Amino acid sequence: MSKIKSINQEAIAGYLFILPNFLGFLVFTLIPVIFSLILSFVKWDILTPPEFIGISNFIRLLGFHKEAGAIIPNDPLFWKCLGNTIYLMMIIPIEIMAALVLAILMNQRIKGITLFRTFYFLPTITNGVAICLLWAWIYNYDFGLLNSLIIKLGDFLGIPLKGIPWLTSVKWAKPSLMLMGLWTMIGGYNMILFMAALQNVPRELYEAASIDGANAFQKFWSITWPMISPTTFFISVMAVIGGFQGGFMQAYIMTGGGPERSTTTLEYLIYNHLYSWQHAGYAASIAWFVFLLIFIITVFNWKFGGKLVQQYHY
Amino acid sequence: MEKKLKMSVTEKIKKLFDRTFIYAILTIGAITMVVPFLWMLSTSLKSYSSVFIFNISDIKWIPNPFYFKNYIDVWKVVPFARFYINSLFVTSCVTLGQVFTSALAAYAFARLRFPGRDKIFFAYLATMMIPGSVTMIPVFALMRVFGWIDSYKALIIPAIFTAYGTFLLRQFFITIPRDLEYAAKIDGCSLWGIFWNVVLPLSKTALATLTIFVALGNWVSFMWPLLVTNSIEKRTLPIGLAYFQELYQHAQPNWGLLMAGSVIATIPLIVLFIFNQRFFVEGIKLTGMKG
Repeated sequence: MSKIKSINQEAIAGYLFILPNFLGFLVFTLIPVIFSLILSFVKWDILTPPEFIGISNFIRLLGFHKEAGAIIPNDPLFWKCLGNTIYLMMIIPIEIMAALVLAILMNQRIKGITLFRTFYFLPTITNGVAICLLWAWIYNYDFGLLNSLIIKLGDFLGIPLKGIPWLTSVKWAKPSLMLMGLWTMIGGYNMILFMAALQNVPRELYEAASIDGANAFQKFWSITWPMISPTTFFISVMAVIGGFQGGFMQAYIMTGGGPERSTTTLEYLIYNHLYSWQHAGYAASIAWFVFLLIFIITVFNWKFGGKLVQQYHY
Repeated sequence: MEKKLKMSVTEKIKKLFDRTFIYAILTIGAITMVVPFLWMLSTSLKSYSSVFIFNISDIKWIPNPFYFKNYIDVWKVVPFARFYINSLFVTSCVTLGQVFTSALAAYAFARLRFPGRDKIFFAYLATMMIPGSVTMIPVFALMRVFGWIDSYKALIIPAIFTAYGTFLLRQFFITIPRDLEYAAKIDGCSLWGIFWNVVLPLSKTALATLTIFVALGNWVSFMWPLLVTNSIEKRTLPIGLAYFQELYQHAQPNWGLLMAGSVIATIPLIVLFIFNQRFFVEGIKLTGMKG
């Protein structure tokens, strides 16, 4: 009898403990998730009552139609933004590899690591808006630091080099944002995770390999790379998930999504549909499309990447 | 010791060479990281007109004269102090609220048995992969319905509740040995007493980690405050910084002023990091391994 009572008490306590958090979770996460799914089937400007329109949002989003003999997407802007987002994500493998190289160099038991780490970590602890403003200034066509360096280099070499319209030309806008992304990301969380992973590789493995006459490159491929593969895998998955949701701040502050919408990412498109164009329903359907992309890639990753990692580790 | 003696001269030279090579690369990298920040600092000490030079290759790294007035004007041109106080207030509330409610829920999920516990926890986990923009849209609509737009409530309350904090702390709580809790129970300690006097003090590292990440995440939060605030008085620091730029829609902005604002917004975090570097690093490792 007393045991039942104590279990009941424990259950009541359990509910009381989760109550504050669960209420918030219910109101601000769980119900909104469901509500958002419903939203993707309605037309709604938030002010007037919503109108149910079935799968029209998704037909507009993913459908194609024929126009003057050519097949044209119903919403070319969406496809353009999807393309932009994927284009900007091409820097991710380079970011990860650079972070790994940096971590390997920092892991060589040399003096001054704390100082180096502080320098590389600076962009991570700097306010993102400040970074965007700083780079907008560095990239400035008429007075910016980078173009000044280019022209100085031209003077030095005796060839007249011209400044590059970094953020104002379709050709350069995306590479500029990617370069800034590399600078921001290289010494951040990923590098520190890699450093931790490298420290966990047993030193005996390297010693044994040395005795067998392995060179540095062989040691990397047959010891380091497989041993840190769970970390590489984790970092890659998170980077891809983040990449599909990225680019908002850069677009908002540095480029306004332009020129010619060449830096408008899906996240910025969602914001515009929701806030500027009052298409809450359509914004929700894009958000769900992003979820679907992330979901498919994550499942694919776990299935294949996960297997690869397990092969090494079990 | 023996190993060192055995090392031949050629090996020593090779090692020295390797070391020099590593230092060279790391130093070049470090310079690349620091130069933009020096440029930020340099620009922040230049007057409006001295930034715009006739010949672009004439840029000066050392301002002549030093124009400290930007650091005074920044507080006058826009209500920068207000942005700062708003950010401090919102971040403090969100961090306290999130760490406290997450700890409560995480303890229940880790230790207490009640019907539906695992199902509820699964719901928490399942929502963690959903992009923020999916929930942001209805919550934004909800804020309008509640009439919370342009209020501190909208900035604080929805940001408190995340599945992530609960998940992180729960993962930590299940690693705490139960013996101490049993001992406290035998001594007649209530559940609340166990939670408050035994579990929380044992979880200082995890709580500190969550505190750092929630605070940092909220301090730089951009899109949500942008959506739910309209008036200048309610803006947080990141939105306030962006607002600087909006002042100069069609002209070259006052870059000196913008950079001074950026420096002021950045310095507290850098100081915080330098004095708590170990903590940051440990925290990243912890979340990276478990999240």
